[in-house]
Amino acid sequence: MSIVNAVKGFYQILKAMAVTLKYFFTKPLTVQYPKEKIRLYPRFRGRHELQRRPDGLELCVGCGLCAAICPARAIYVEAAENTDEARYSATERYAGLYEINYTRCIFCGFCEEACPTGALKLGNEFALARASRGDLVMGKETLLQPATPHAIILED
Amino acid sequence: MGLETKLPDGVVLTTLESAVNWCRKYSVWPLLFGLACCAIEMMTAGMSRFDIARFGAEVFRATPRQPDLMIVAGRVSNKMAPVVKRLYDHMPEPKWVIAMGACASSGGMFHNYAILQGVDKIIPVDVYIPGCPPRPEALFYALTQLQQKITTQKFKDFA
Repeated sequence: MSIVNAVKGFYQILKAMAVTLKYFFTKPLTVQYPKEKIRLYPRFRGRHELQRRPDGLELCVGCGLCAAICPARAIYVEAAENTDEARYSATERYAGLYEINYTRCIFCGFCEEACPTGALKLGNEFALARASRGDLVMGKETLLQPATPHAIILED
Repeated sequence: MGLETKLPDGVVLTTLESAVNWCRKYSVWPLLFGLACCAIEMMTAGMSRFDIARFGAEVFRATPRQPDLMIVAGRVSNKMAPVVKRLYDHMPEPKWVIAMGACASSGGMFHNYAILQGVDKIIPVDVYIPGCPPRPEALFYALTQLQQKITTQKFKDFA
């Protein structure tokens, strides 16, 4: 009886080790992030990108609705008047000062929904870590830049 | 601390300094310590898909006597603040802090009496990660930034 049990036990061990061996030959699951780009869905919300019209004018008109709806109060908008010499947007006013505090922002996307001109889009940039809080308050010149591509955008 | 405070700069200890920094850079052990939802992403960073072991930081230590890095993952309530401070004080030098997520960086969306408005009010922070919660890759980006910071450190900073 004990010999039968020993054979059965040995068979069980072989069976279990076969499972281990199977995974030895599969492709590793790990995404080698800093060397490789990661795969993101298009609905991922990262750093904001302020949009421009095709003729180069800014879409933002400085209405401040994004700042009003922001649950974390991370956005600060100060509108300024366009003149014929210095024209930034197509309408009367433009965002003279547009700042997003990324230490506060929770990337909920309410600002994108509130924007009446479609000037604000949440992009796919996620690598935003900085060494000081001051660097994380990003102004218009940073937000107008498109995101540095760290990711491959998948089909939705 | 000792010898490095008495010797002039750039004589004996520069090579040793860079060697020690190289070792420290690839063995940043974090403290096993999470406060809220960001801790879930911190745990995910240890899983096989993301694998924090590639940065030498997979050894999450459950005692403050062994780790080098404190990842403050989550909101710090006023009740938790003394505990965070005590854990930080128990950690041996050299030690670094990553404020992970909006709440740890500045209080995030919680503008109220119960949440500490940024963990840097009680402990010095080296890297801030925005996001609510940040992706594990965002944590890795912060970790690479911290590794860059460690390479530039001098013995004199700890003396």
